[in-house]
Parts: sequence; structure tokens; C-alpha cells
Amino acid sequence: MIEVKNLYKNFGKLEVLKDVNCRVALQEVVCVIGPSGSGKSTFLRCINMLEQPTSGEIWIDGVNLLDKKTNINSVRQDVGMVFQRFNLFPHKTALENITLAPMKVKNLSREDAEKTARDLLNKVGLSDKTDVYPDQLSGGQQQRVAIARALAMHPKVMLFDEPTSALDPEMVGEVLSVMKDLAREGMTMVVVTHEMGFAREVGDRVIFMDEGRLVEEGTPDQVFGSPRNDRTKLFLSKIL
Amino acid sequence: MDVAIQSLPLLFKGLELTLIITLGSVGIGCIIGMVAALSRLSGKRWLRLLATAYVDFFRGTPLLVQILLVYYGIPVLLQDSQEFLMNTFGMPQLIHNYAMPRLIAAVIACSINSGAYIAEIFRAGVQSIEKGQMEAARSLGMTHGQAMRYIILPQAVKRVIPPLGNEFIAMLKDTSLLSVIGIIELTKSGMLVVARTYEAFAIYITVAIFYLVITFTLSRYIDYLERRLKTGD
Ligand SMILES: Nc1ncnc2c1ncn2[C@@H]1O[C@H](COP(=O)(O)OP(=O)(O)O)[C@@H](O)[C@H]1O
Ligand SMILES: [Mg+2]
Repeated sequence: MIEVKNLYKNFGKLEVLKDVNCRVALQEVVCVIGPSGSGKSTFLRCINMLEQPTSGEIWIDGVNLLDKKTNINSVRQDVGMVFQRFNLFPHKTALENITLAPMKVKNLSREDAEKTARDLLNKVGLSDKTDVYPDQLSGGQQQRVAIARALAMHPKVMLFDEPTSALDPEMVGEVLSVMKDLAREGMTMVVVTHEMGFAREVGDRVIFMDEGRLVEEGTPDQVFGSPRNDRTKLFLSKIL
Repeated sequence: MDVAIQSLPLLFKGLELTLIITLGSVGIGCIIGMVAALSRLSGKRWLRLLATAYVDFFRGTPLLVQILLVYYGIPVLLQDSQEFLMNTFGMPQLIHNYAMPRLIAAVIACSINSGAYIAEIFRAGVQSIEKGQMEAARSLGMTHGQAMRYIILPQAVKRVIPPLGNEFIAMLKDTSLLSVIGIIELTKSGMLVVARTYEAFAIYITVAIFYLVITFTLSRYIDYLERRLKTGD
């Protein structure tokens, strides 16, 4: 589904990603862990070209994103993204946040877009918040709307960049449970997270990144149970 | 004092013209400013350079010079270029009267000047919107243009209203410079009355109060808007 080959990303002189290689299979849930500043967000943002990679290849569903002929806007329709800080559109209601892109990008009719949006709001447990503006929603509720907004484009892949890091502890559960449901339904997901419990329970595979390199990967049991790399061990000893 | 009262109708006519020119110039300036701001933010280098040159030139030179340039300079430029075209390419004469109507020159000069300031206001407004908004929009497959139109600009508009009001106030005062090309706006009408009556103090203080009433009211209103924008968008 996703294949990343020899991915490099520099910000000026700073090498943030160094030769990252990785594949994500259809319906797989891959969790990315690692210390802050190790390049996890940059890696994720390269996958939908919010960052322009310096070199390498990124294939999504048979399309090379770095090919100049690739229409990046149409690729992005297939790659949903959920941000740490939600990034809901503050001047639009929950429903409008969700219907906007399907209507403007996919030219869906308002009725169709609203029907989908209501179904999605129902799915994330917010059917009573249709006409509410983001600033009247709690962090957890905003993040669930953001997930619904991404899902409304019917993406093939969902990217999550620390979706629960900006939340008060009591709201983490509601967002993770929506993500679990998604995983169970077979969504292909790449999740940058510090929630080791989630990674263990839901992840098919765990990737550990450090200083811009993909240092270790394996099943959650392997990586958490018997990490091979010293840096992985050090990181896990601090965080668990 | 009597003189001042007798001259009020004249001053009111001047004020009317001042307001019309200011409104027109800031209005047209908004359109120019929007185009220039979007050009400065665009991905195309030549567009950015062009817009930057425009903004720098008109913010970096006095409005008075710009007014003189438009009113006296453009006709000369037109005449010279037409003569050049006629002599070199045998082009028939298209323009017979070079003189530019005063009012048109006034509005052109003020609009272009205002556009340069407004371009910066719009650019700052757009850039004040959190980066995550553009990213969220793009991540949903919107083009840069769609993201601007549906996400960034609607949010920027609110933040741009107070500085636009300030630009309006500045332009209102600056239109007094148009007296040099014989536009009978508020200041010039005061000058005309003084020339007839010699009541310089009474007349000019009245003129000043006219300006003040408008600028003061407007700036209080802008303060109010700003406070309301701060508490909950
Ligand atoms: N836009 C940027 N410009 C310059 N440096 C950046 C930018 N984004 C990230 N970085 C740097 O790249 C490194 C990796 O950042 P990031 O991918 O956000 O790490 P993580 O998500 O793992 O915390 C950090 O050193 C960060 O300072
Ligand atoms: Mg990060």
C-alpha cells in the first residue's frame, strides 16, 4: 500500500530523515515511536507531501509521489491526516468541517456530503454536535471531528501524528477508541504515538525511529518485549 | 464666527468630495491590494517580485509626488509615447487630448497608493492564520487556491478589518494633498474660503474639526471591533 525507499529529508543543513525504508501493507496498522525530534512527524508529513522530500521514493497504491507528473492533490484525497493540534476550521461548524472537502474537491452534492458527515459524526459519537463550532468542543471532541473530516474523503490510508498528545488525559481514551474501531474495520493506518498501550493492542507492527533513522521494527511483542537495539532499549526504559 | 457659519455649505461640499474620494480609493485599493497580496504569497517568483516592487515603490515614495506624477506626468508620458509610435511606425493619432481629468487622476493616485498599504495589511492577515489551517486543507486534497478561498481568506478577513479602518483614516487625511492639483476637497475648500474672507483661524479650525469628527468616531469604532475580535473570534 505504502512503500518508502531511501527517503532523505533535509531542512537546510539539518538532516532530519536519513535513508528511511519502510512498507505498509493494506489494512496494516503501523505505529511509529521514538524520542522527540527524531523525525517522526517529518516522516509522516512526507507521506502526504506536506514536506517535500529531499530524495527517495514514496509509493502509495502504485503511484510515486515524487514523480513530477503525479497530481499531488488527487493523491492527498486518498491519504487522510490527523494532526496533533486538530486543525479544525474554526469558522465552520462540525458538520461543515466534514462536508467542505467532499463538496469542493469531489464535487459531491450537499445532501450526499451531509449524509456522509452525519453518519461519520454518529460513528465518532458526536451526532449531537453537528452544528457546533470547534471552540465549543472539548479537545477530545475536536479530534474526533478531525478524524471524521479526514474519513469523509474515503481515504485509503490514514496518518495520525500524535493524535492524543495535546489532550487532557481523560480525553485520550475516547479518541483512541475511535482509532481502534477504524483499525478493526480494516483501515490502513500509520500512527505516530506515545501511547504504548495502543501500539501493543492495535499495532500490527511498531517502528522505532531515532535521529532520523528507522532503527528497529517488528511486531509490538518483539519491539516492546525483546528490543534488539540499544537505543530502543534505552528509549523504552524511559517511557514504560 | 459668522464667516465660518456662512461658509459651512462650501465646507460640507468639500467634505463630501473628501469622503467620496477616500471611499473610492480605499475600495479600489482593496481590490488592488488583494491581487498584490496574493501575488506576494504566490509560488511564482516573477509575480512575487512584481508585487514587491509595486508595494515598495508606493510605500517608499510620498503620496504628494505620486499625485503629481499621475496628474502631470502621465499625460506627458502618453504624449511622448504616442508621438514616438506615430513617428516610428506611422501609427495614426488615437489620443487628441492628453490632459487627465483631475478627479480621475486623484482617484488613480490615491487608489494605487492605498493598494500598496492594503496589500501589506492583507498579507499580514493571511500570514497570521495558523499554518495548520493551510496544511489541514491541503491534506484533504484542496488546491492552494481552494484552501485560500474557503479556509484562509474567510478567517483573515476578520483580522484585517481593524487595520483597514486605520488605512481609511490615514487616506482620509492624506486626500488633503489633492488640493495641489486643484481638487476642491475639504482642505482646498477651506483654502478658498480663507482666500475670500481672511478668517484663517476660524475656517481652518473648522476644517480640522470636520476631519477629527470622522477620524475620531471611526477609530473608536475600530477599537471596539478589535476588543470584540480578541474575545472569541
Ligand atoms: N519546518 C522545519 N524547519 C526546520 N527544521 C525542522 C522543521 N520541521 C522539523 N524540523 C526539525 O526536524 C527535526 C525532526 O522534527 P520532527 O519530525 O517534528 O520530530 P518528531 O516528530 O519526531 O518530534 C527536529 O530537529 C526539528 O527541529
Ligand atoms: Mg512530532
